[in-house]
Amino acid sequence: MMEHFRQTFREEADELLVELEHSLLELEQNPADDELIDRVFRAMHTLKGSSSMFGFDDIAAFSHEVETVLDLVRDGKTGVTKELIRLTLLARDQIKAMIKVSVDNGELDVERTEELVAAFHKLVGTALPVLVPAGLSSSASSQPGDSGLEIVYAIRFRPDRDIFKRGLNPVHLLNDLHELGLCRITAKTNDIPPLADLDPELCYLQWDIMLTTTHGVDAIRDIFMFVGEESSVEIEVIPRESGEEARKIRPELPCQAAGSGKPRTKAIKAISSIRVAAEKLDHLVNLVGELVTAQARLSQTALAHNDTGLIALAEEIERLTEGLRDTALNVRMLPIGGTFGRMRRLVHDLSSELGKDVELITEGAETELDKAVIERLADPLVHLIRNSIDHGIEKSTVRMAAGKPPCGTIRLTAAYSGASVLLTLSDDGAGIDREAVHARGVKMGLISAGTELPDRDLLNLIFAPGFSTSAKITNISGRGVGMDVVKRGVEALRGAISITSTRGEGATVSFRIPLTLAIIESLLVQIGTTNFVVPLSLVEECIELTRTDVAQAHGRRLVDVRGAIIPYISLRERFGIGGIQPEIEQIVVVEVDGKRIGLVVDHVIGGHQTVIKSLGRLFREAQGISGATMLGDGTVALILDVPQLVGDEEVLERRTFGNAPFTEKGTMHA
Amino acid sequence: MNRTILTVDDSASIRMMVSFTLMDKGYRVIEATDGFDGIAKLRDQSIDMVITDLNMPKMDGISLVREIRQNPGFRFTPIIMLTTESQDDRKVEARAAGATGWITKPFRPDQLLAVVRKVLG
Amino acid sequence: MHEVTTAETTQYLTFTLEEEVFAIDIGKVREVLDYTAVTRVPQTPEFMRGVINLRGNVVPVMDMRQKFGMSATEKRVNTCIIIMEVMVDDEVTIIGSLADSVREVLDLEPGQIEPAPRIGTRLNVDFIQGMGKHENGFVMILDIDKIFCDDELATYGTDDVMNQLQG
Repeated sequence: MMEHFRQTFREEADELLVELEHSLLELEQNPADDELIDRVFRAMHTLKGSSSMFGFDDIAAFSHEVETVLDLVRDGKTGVTKELIRLTLLARDQIKAMIKVSVDNGELDVERTEELVAAFHKLVGTALPVLVPAGLSSSASSQPGDSGLEIVYAIRFRPDRDIFKRGLNPVHLLNDLHELGLCRITAKTNDIPPLADLDPELCYLQWDIMLTTTHGVDAIRDIFMFVGEESSVEIEVIPRESGEEARKIRPELPCQAAGSGKPRTKAIKAISSIRVAAEKLDHLVNLVGELVTAQARLSQTALAHNDTGLIALAEEIERLTEGLRDTALNVRMLPIGGTFGRMRRLVHDLSSELGKDVELITEGAETELDKAVIERLADPLVHLIRNSIDHGIEKSTVRMAAGKPPCGTIRLTAAYSGASVLLTLSDDGAGIDREAVHARGVKMGLISAGTELPDRDLLNLIFAPGFSTSAKITNISGRGVGMDVVKRGVEALRGAISITSTRGEGATVSFRIPLTLAIIESLLVQIGTTNFVVPLSLVEECIELTRTDVAQAHGRRLVDVRGAIIPYISLRERFGIGGIQPEIEQIVVVEVDGKRIGLVVDHVIGGHQTVIKSLGRLFREAQGISGATMLGDGTVALILDVPQLVGDEEVLERRTFGNAPFTEKGTMHA
Repeated sequence: MNRTILTVDDSASIRMMVSFTLMDKGYRVIEATDGFDGIAKLRDQSIDMVITDLNMPKMDGISLVREIRQNPGFRFTPIIMLTTESQDDRKVEARAAGATGWITKPFRPDQLLAVVRKVLG
Repeated sequence: MHEVTTAETTQYLTFTLEEEVFAIDIGKVREVLDYTAVTRVPQTPEFMRGVINLRGNVVPVMDMRQKFGMSATEKRVNTCIIIMEVMVDDEVTIIGSLADSVREVLDLEPGQIEPAPRIGTRLNVDFIQGMGKHENGFVMILDIDKIFCDDELATYGTDDVMNQLQG
C-alpha cells in the first residue's frame, strides 16, 4: 500500500514541479506579483508536506530549507532577485533528481544539495534555523507509562462552555479515558442553569475523574490535546496511601456519579480522600488547641472540687481531647516529598548554572510532617543545597583528579525518629577545611589562637553569626548565606542541627525536627511567679540543687549527676527575676547539640500539653523565649527557647571568663 | 451506519492516504481538492467530520473552517486540520476560526485514526 | 506638627495616668478589661509589662506610665487594661495598655482640638495628636500608632541584654 502512495506522490510531485517551474519563470518577469510568490511557496510547501508523509525524507528536509527562504520572500523580508529565481529553479531540479533516484535507485549528488542549501543561506544573509528532520513523530500515539505500575490520577476537567462549537464532544474524551484504565467519573452539575435559561449549545457540565492506569501522564494529556486553553484540565498523581495530593479533592456537593458504562469491581483506595482547604485545617487545630487548654482547666477545677463524679468526667474528657488532638494534628501531616521535588529542580538549575555535574538522591519522600513545618523547612534546605553545590561539590575535572566519580552526589533523606523527623543532607564534595575554620574562628574572636577544639565544636563554629559572610573557606559558606540563618531557621522549628565532615570526602548536615509545631508535650516549671515550659523532647531528667551542692562546687556552676559533670544556667539570674529563691532548687537537665546542660528553676510542676502561641510582633526579639501558651488557670506561661539560651550562655561565659580575646578589646566589663 | 468524512486537500497523495486509511476502517470518505470544492460537497452530502489541509489554493483551510461553521448544520461538526510543524502560529488562528484539532505532518495512518476516533467517538 | 484633619465630631476615651487625663480615639479601642495578672517576658524593656491571655490569644501589655517616664503602674482598685488596635509596621496589632482608671467617652469637634505645644507637655510631642479643650482644662489626645511605631519596641537585642546582665 505504501508503494502505491509513494507512486501517487511522485506523480503529484511531477505536476507540482512543472507548475513550480512555470511560476518561477513567470515570477522572473513579474517579481512583484504576490499571487505568483504565493503559488511558488505553496508548491514547495505541498512538496514538503507530502514527501514527509511517504518517506521521502531527503526531499522533505531540502524543501523545508527552500520553503523557509520562500516564506521570507512571502513576508517581504527578502526580495525576489534573479539569484533567488536561479537557486529555486536549481532546487526544483534537484528535487526532481531526488524523485528520480527513488525510482531507479541511482546515485544522488548529495554535495549539490548541500551547496544549494548553503547558497540559500548566503542569499538571505543569515544562518537559517537548523532544519527539523522530517521523521515520523509519535505525538498522537499514547505510550504506556514506562513504569508499568498502576498509578491513580485525579483529573479535573473543566471544559470551555463553547467546547461544542469547535466540534469537540467531551463524552468521547471520557470514553477515551476509559480505554486507558479503570475510571471513576463524577459529573459536576452545579453550573446547570434552570431550564428556561439553559442554552443547549453550551457545555455546563464539568467532570472529576479518578483514573487508575499503567499509562503515563502523557497518554492522558494526549486525550485532552484538542481541548485548548479555554478549558481547564488538571491532572494530579494520587500517592498510593492517603497522601498530600489526595487531600486536594474537594468535596463539592451536589455531585452526581456518572455511570461508567463498564462495571468495575476493583475498589480504588484514593477515592476515599477528600480535599479540604488548608485554612480549615488550621482553624481545626487552633480549636483543638483551645480545647486542650480548656480541658486542662476542667481537670484542675475537678480536682479542686474533689468531686469523684466530676473528676471521672474530666478524665474522660481528657482522654477524648488527646485523641482529638492527635487526629487533628495527623490530618495536617503531609509527605515531605513535595519539598524534595522542589530541591530536585534547584539542584538541576544550580548545577547547570555553575557548570557542575550533580545528582540528587532522595530517600524517605513519604515521611510526613506538619504542613507548617514543611513550609518552613524549605528555606534552610535551599540554603544548604546552594552551599553544597556552590562550594562543596567540585568540578568534574577536579573530582576525577581526586579519584572520585565525575558526577557529584547530594543525598537528601528523611526518616522518623521518635516524635521527630531526622533529615540529613550529605554531599560527596571537598568537605570542610578545618584549618580555615579555625583561622576564621580566631579572626572573629570566637576562639583564641592556641585553642584546640574537639572536632564537633570546631565545626559548630560555622553556625556562629556572621561566620560565613567573608571568604569562601568552607563548602557551606559564602554568598552571604550564613549557616547561622540555617541554624536559626531550624531552631525556630524547635529543631536541632549538627554537621560532620571528612576532608576530601564531603560533608553531612543533619537536623532533627519535631513532627508538629502546633501542640507539644512539655514540662511546666516555675521561677518566682512566672511559669515557663520546656519542650519535653529536650528534657533528660530533673534533679535537685541544694545550697550545699552550690557551696561544694565553690561557686562553679557545675553539678555532679551520677559521676557526670554537668554545667547549669540559673534562669532566675539570667532572666533577672526578683524574689527569694527556694532552699532547694530544681535542675531540669536538657540535651542540646549532643551536650547535657542544666536549667535551674524554682519548682517543677509537671507535664503540660502546650498549645504553642506566638508572642507577636512586639516581642519578636525576645531572647530565650520562643512563644507562649495558656495554662489551665487562664494565665500565660512562656516557652523556653532552650537552644538559644544555651548558645547565648556560651557566648556570655566566653566573654566573662576570657575564653576568647573579647576581653582584651575592652568591650566587655568582666 | 457508516460515518462520512470529508477530506479536503490539494495534494492527491495525501487525499489518497487519508481516504485509504479511513475506508479501511469502515468510514465513508468524500474527497475535495480545495475549499470551494469542499463547501460544494458539504451542501449535498451528510458529513460527520471534516479533515482539511491548511494551505490550499483558492480557499485555504482556515477560510474553509469559517465557512463551515457559518452553516447551522455544521456548527458542531468536528474539523481536523492537517498542518506542518512550521505552521504552529496558524494553529491558533485555526482554533479561533472553530477548528477542533490538528494533525502535524508527517503522520502515520494509526495516528490519523487515533485522532478521528478521539473526536468522532 | 500634626494637624487634626477630622471634620466631624470624634469620640475619645479618656483615662488617667497618675492624675493626668489622656484621651485616645475610641475607634482604636476594642475593649477595657479589669486588671489581670500579666506574665512578664524576661529581657524586654521595663515598659513592656508582659503578656495576658485574652480569650486564648496572647496579647502584649505595655505600661504607658513608664513609657512616658512616670513610675510603674501599680495595681489599684480602678486599674484596668485598655485593649487597642494599633498599627505596627502597617499591620493591625492588638495591644493592651495599663491605665490607672478609665473616665468617660468624650465628644470633641475639630474646633475643640488644638495642636500640641512644642514645649510644656513633658511628653514626646510626637506621641500627642492634639490638645482637647474639655471643661476647664485640657486633655492630651494621644497618637497611639506613633507610640507603638517607636523603634524602641523592637531594638533591644542580644548585646543590650548581655551588657545589662553584666553591667
